Amino acid sequence: MMRWPMFRDAAFVFAKDARIELRAKVTLRQVAPFVVSLLVLFGLAFDRLLVKDTAIADVRVDELPLAFVGPGIYWLGVLFSLVLLVQRSVSIETEDGAGTQLRLWGLDPAGVFLGKAGVVVMQLLFIQVLLCVGLIAMFDLQMTEPLLLVSVSVLATVGLAAVGSCYGALSAGLRVRETLLPVLLLPVTVPVLLAAVQAWQRALTGDVDSAWPWARILFVFVVVYVAFGILSYGALMEES
Amino acid sequence: MSAPARVHLDGVVALLGTFPALSGFSLTVPTPEVVILRGPNGAGKSTVLNVCSGLVPVQRGTVQILGSNIRVDRRSVRKHLGFLGHRTGLYDDLSVEQNVQLAARASQANIALVGPTLSRVGCDGRLAKLGVAHLSAGQRRRVALASLMVRRVPLWLLDEPHAALDTDGRDLLDEVIREAAVDGTTVLMATHDLDRADRLADRVVTIVGGRVVANDAVAHVS
Amino acid sequence: MKSQMSWFLGVASVLLLGVVTVLTFSTPSPDFVQGEAARLIYVHPATAWASYAAFGTTTFAAVMWLWPRTRRIGWDHIAGASAHIGTMFLAMTLVLGAIWGRPTWGVWFRLRDARMASTLVMLLMYFGVLTLRQLPAAPDVRARRTALAALLASVNVPIVHFSVQWWDTLHQKATLAKPEKPTIEGLPLTIMLLSFVAFTVTFCWLMVHRTRIERWNDQLFNGDVESAIVARQREGAGSLAASGLTPGGLR
Repeated sequence: MMRWPMFRDAAFVFAKDARIELRAKVTLRQVAPFVVSLLVLFGLAFDRLLVKDTAIADVRVDELPLAFVGPGIYWLGVLFSLVLLVQRSVSIETEDGAGTQLRLWGLDPAGVFLGKAGVVVMQLLFIQVLLCVGLIAMFDLQMTEPLLLVSVSVLATVGLAAVGSCYGALSAGLRVRETLLPVLLLPVTVPVLLAAVQAWQRALTGDVDSAWPWARILFVFVVVYVAFGILSYGALMEES
Repeated sequence: MSAPARVHLDGVVALLGTFPALSGFSLTVPTPEVVILRGPNGAGKSTVLNVCSGLVPVQRGTVQILGSNIRVDRRSVRKHLGFLGHRTGLYDDLSVEQNVQLAARASQANIALVGPTLSRVGCDGRLAKLGVAHLSAGQRRRVALASLMVRRVPLWLLDEPHAALDTDGRDLLDEVIREAAVDGTTVLMATHDLDRADRLADRVVTIVGGRVVANDAVAHVS
Repeated sequence: MKSQMSWFLGVASVLLLGVVTVLTFSTPSPDFVQGEAARLIYVHPATAWASYAAFGTTTFAAVMWLWPRTRRIGWDHIAGASAHIGTMFLAMTLVLGAIWGRPTWGVWFRLRDARMASTLVMLLMYFGVLTLRQLPAAPDVRARRTALAALLASVNVPIVHFSVQWWDTLHQKATLAKPEKPTIEGLPLTIMLLSFVAFTVTFCWLMVHRTRIERWNDQLFNGDVESAIVARQREGAGSLAASGLTPGGLR
């Protein structure tokens, strides 16, 4: 299974997609502003929960709800960004039949999967840095237990990129791709979302011991989705 | 033991949705030659090329490309064929040079060939650094041709390759096809440009209703 | 053979469901708080079980179709049929659970409950599988899409089962998976087990019929294709006749 052509082709596809992203800057110019807008909208929608030291009818609202709402906002932002980034990853290949040429070059499908998912991981990590900065700056969220937060983020990101790339390939050739992809993808990401939110909530409220099991669950998801992508991407690619 | 046929299709039925684009298509190309596929619109010419490259699945019949069953060994067969279709398969966000380099790297071809190939098709110099999105349709077609040439594969599948090219471009394409044929490349070309095709072809296959109705060798007067 | 089987299964299903219904309403109301809604305990877990059986069948059939040595279109018919039936049973599970939950917990549906949330997510995922299946495509393309989407969705199935252990939430802990001391016993336990059997037989009966429909749809498609092939061949026959060539086209 761990064969050289797979890694060579993964590096090739990763370099291709990364070069395209560096030229087009879609993550920076489109997804990042979208995520910032999302933070603002969430901030407005949940204002009483997110503002510290607010008195509501003489009852003080402290920062505890922020530790619960903050991770939810963060990971929803990641999920919505995932949909946009997977759409973008797919549209790179559907313009002018580029994806067809990619298939016709006879590349190892598992390598193509790893390469494309790898670029989505990089893009999602960039978006998450932006989300962290936004949550800290706008809502003064205290990022306690950074090692745990980062570990969970990396695991969840890899799992999301893997399953997103699988569904992206499945929907690539469909005319209704733009509306169908979110319908297919978002429900499947719920286990990863739940585990990541639970882990972050526990980390931010100081309940570290009960947070690590969620990271282990995420690890299982990553293994399952990455293995599925490696084994089935060949069949998924031929769908488009 | 004789070498396997370059292309062997036998009784192929291929569907596009519910429409049988090929309804029992049979063709054998035993040796490297330039084979022209001609016929009216909707005859199935493009589908033949798509079947040979494994892009369209086959419901019935056999498809052997370079001695291998395309249904079983699709990936390994594809490494040895090049396809120039209606769409150019180029990445808009990359430059001309980067697109051709991609094709070379994907096939583990010699990267040093990229420069001379771009010169050959007239896309060198300033044009090589330009993003593909800024090119005209004819220029894109030349870049796609360069991507095919640089891979040095033994089978070319060309679907109306003269489209969008000016007269110079068409002459260039004809020269490139002749050179490839001399090098032992098998060329299957679907075209409506019959004057040019007849000058290039070793064989002309006429397709109507998804089947071969005529298969004629062409005698070239030197 | 097949209509005998479906007749037998149909009769057995109706009889068993009838017996379960009669027994359910003949026992005294099991709970003061839940009232008559408590009788749904005899049905709700069984519909959940039927949906798990259906989706397990979908996953197995998907794997069998994807494996080249066992690839037969019949496996796709089974995968498609079981996905439809499983989605129906899962929707029933959620509705019955909501009707039961209202007097019991004061809420129709509580997204914060892990099992309810996971079950709803599973329903959404299989809706996605069915949506993909409805898109117009040749049978083998449709089969591949269904198989891949179903496998991706099936990862969530164990999460639904283990969610009660993973999250300490509102939902009742597993009632029957504790052999040392089940929380229900006697006649209610018998009725519940009979209900499991009844819904299993009903699932099998529905599978026979739904698989038959899937097969007929493909036969219609193939019939259309055969006519289309003949019509297509006639397009070239005129040219062929005029040229005096054989269908291979060689002189």
